[in-house]
Amino acid sequence: MKKIFCLLLTLSMVLALAACGGGSGTSAPADSGTSAPADTQAPADTAGGDLITVGVINNDPNESGYRTANDAAMRATFTEANGYKATFYNNNDAAQQIATAQQMVQDEVDFLLLSPASTTGWDTVLQDAQAAGTQVILFDRMLEADESMYVAAVVSDMPAEGKTAVDWLAAQGLSEYNIIHIQGHMGSDAQLGRTGALDERVAAEGSWNYVTQQTADWDEATARTIVQSVIDSGKPFNVIYAENNGMARGAVAALDAAGITHGKDGDVIVMGFDSDKWAFEAVLEGSWNYMGLCNPLQADTVDAIIKDLAAGKQPAQKIIYTPEQGFDCNTLTQADVDTYGT
Amino acid sequence: MTPVKIPEPQVKQPKESLFKRLTRQQLFIPVAALILLVLFNLIADPSFFAVSIKENSLGNPVLSGNIISVLDNASELVILAIGMTLVTASSGGQDISVGATMAIAGSVILRMVCGGQVTADTMQMNLLLAVLIGVVVTALFGAFNGILVAYFKIQPMVATLIMYTAGRSIAAWINNNQLPIINDIGFKYAGTFLPGIPVPTPIFITIFVVLVFWLVLKFTNLGLYTQSVGINANSSRLNGLNPQVVKLLTYVILGVCVAVAGFIRVSRSGSINYSRIAENIEMDAILAVALGGNALSGGKFNIYGSILGAYVIQFLTTTLYKYDVPSTALPAYKAVVVILLVVLSAPVVREKLARMRKAPAKAAKEVS
Repeated sequence: MKKIFCLLLTLSMVLALAACGGGSGTSAPADSGTSAPADTQAPADTAGGDLITVGVINNDPNESGYRTANDAAMRATFTEANGYKATFYNNNDAAQQIATAQQMVQDEVDFLLLSPASTTGWDTVLQDAQAAGTQVILFDRMLEADESMYVAAVVSDMPAEGKTAVDWLAAQGLSEYNIIHIQGHMGSDAQLGRTGALDERVAAEGSWNYVTQQTADWDEATARTIVQSVIDSGKPFNVIYAENNGMARGAVAALDAAGITHGKDGDVIVMGFDSDKWAFEAVLEGSWNYMGLCNPLQADTVDAIIKDLAAGKQPAQKIIYTPEQGFDCNTLTQADVDTYGT
Repeated sequence: MTPVKIPEPQVKQPKESLFKRLTRQQLFIPVAALILLVLFNLIADPSFFAVSIKENSLGNPVLSGNIISVLDNASELVILAIGMTLVTASSGGQDISVGATMAIAGSVILRMVCGGQVTADTMQMNLLLAVLIGVVVTALFGAFNGILVAYFKIQPMVATLIMYTAGRSIAAWINNNQLPIINDIGFKYAGTFLPGIPVPTPIFITIFVVLVFWLVLKFTNLGLYTQSVGINANSSRLNGLNPQVVKLLTYVILGVCVAVAGFIRVSRSGSINYSRIAENIEMDAILAVALGGNALSGGKFNIYGSILGAYVIQFLTTTLYKYDVPSTALPAYKAVVVILLVVLSAPVVREKLARMRKAPAKAAKEVS
């Protein structure tokens, strides 16, 4: 009796888990299953009025505000009203992403849109896609493969983001830079680019020092703890360089608790990255000094590329960097906030 | 049937040295660890213990210093450790879903106070009511875990693996995958400072929770029932207890603790990140229980040991941060502590230690 119970429970658990993954996991094969027959009918139908099938592989939308905006934009663009039959899959696990991508290629989607969780391991998928005639477009993140394996890449130039930010910091003309550097998830494209530029400058100039250099793994609470511990230790600092907005927010919470002034006319310069609207507002209020825009809205560009390709026009460039810039609390306007905030 | 374990009779042996009597105390390990950390910091840099009064950005006087940080930041862990101790004692296993259900609690509370908006400048709902709803929700999730463990007799770690896996997705779903932010300063009082009071509010909440549990354990039979069910569920049933109800109850209590901890965590910043909030806190909570000298296989427990264990963990974390140990390396240091604990509590080592203890005792008898 007990064994039967256990068996039933295990079954229900497995089903429940599968259902929980619903939004992303199970819907992918189910949707692509339905899209496959539609696809095979494609040649028979008139070419013009047909939907373009796309498979979208993205990261977990809860990872950060950036990702939430990125995922929402993709879902808003690739709709039936816009001429697409889209299947979405979200996972931060590269192995799961690869397995699903393989499935999508087998279902013969016209386009495979990839934001890879890791830069490696995609060779087989890319080869299969090429063999099956599926065109691959990278968005947001790069992967390690020959350029011939994908038709286009619409990505953020992370090293350039870092360089813009560090150049801005250098232009502030402080006599001494004592920096609390809060890093993102180690090894990610964003972390490497944003850390690289700062590391270079600190190594090159005598007046630039790290008070501490720690990873908070994109986490606000960890960032707060790191800054709090520096404050408790009594070490002087005048710059907080946080590699995303959430961590900058955590750092500011620690500053506020200790009564250290920050932002415009404050003792400490606060810098963040990404595109969150609330962060723009913090810069606008002068509570922060700088935000490096990391544009999550590649959907429109990708959309245009696909439409061009469908019309037989190759994209002008293979790698397209999304336009990005740094925003300063002295020059930011409400119009910028409305344009770029997400 | 497992044989009935008879707890060792605690007869005082007057001839024992003070050291031996000390080491036998359950609280020996956490107290020794705490003293070790304090000594290390005293020698390395006594300024670690400096506490100063500063003025925060709202113009309130606030206490600041490493010790305050330890007490403040340990709050969530202490509250979780209390619930985890009860669950461990009654079911002989641990709930690994507390981090994920903390995300659910935080998500529910934020959804309530933001009234479904992504950013809210004022609270849309009475804060107490919102927290109460959070408590009810996580208590229900606790009950779900408890039913699987108590009635379906699934190993606690396997049963709670469900919520561990699904919890953060549920938390995200509650807020439609948005990351809500509340800017109302009233919401942040619980996670920062009350106006005019220089001590961080989480410390008061922790004291309140500990006090409640002290009263409950003193004036009800919860402690006794939990222990007897943990030591031997069958014999406690023969004595008129319902082991299933007791186990379920401990999971529900842990659920309530989770809601309080989740509330403190989200009110520190007024926002949430589902995949990162309270990540890996379940491991720290279990470590706190183990550090407190509690057997992870259930039975006898000491809630104050776990509380002390939680503070030791936070003390260790803060110390490591002070010496600029990379935050990614922190788990490695905790691992060292775990290894020491596991080795010390392994039966083989214990037997050896017991023999070493007996040998001098025998010699002493022969002399007399």
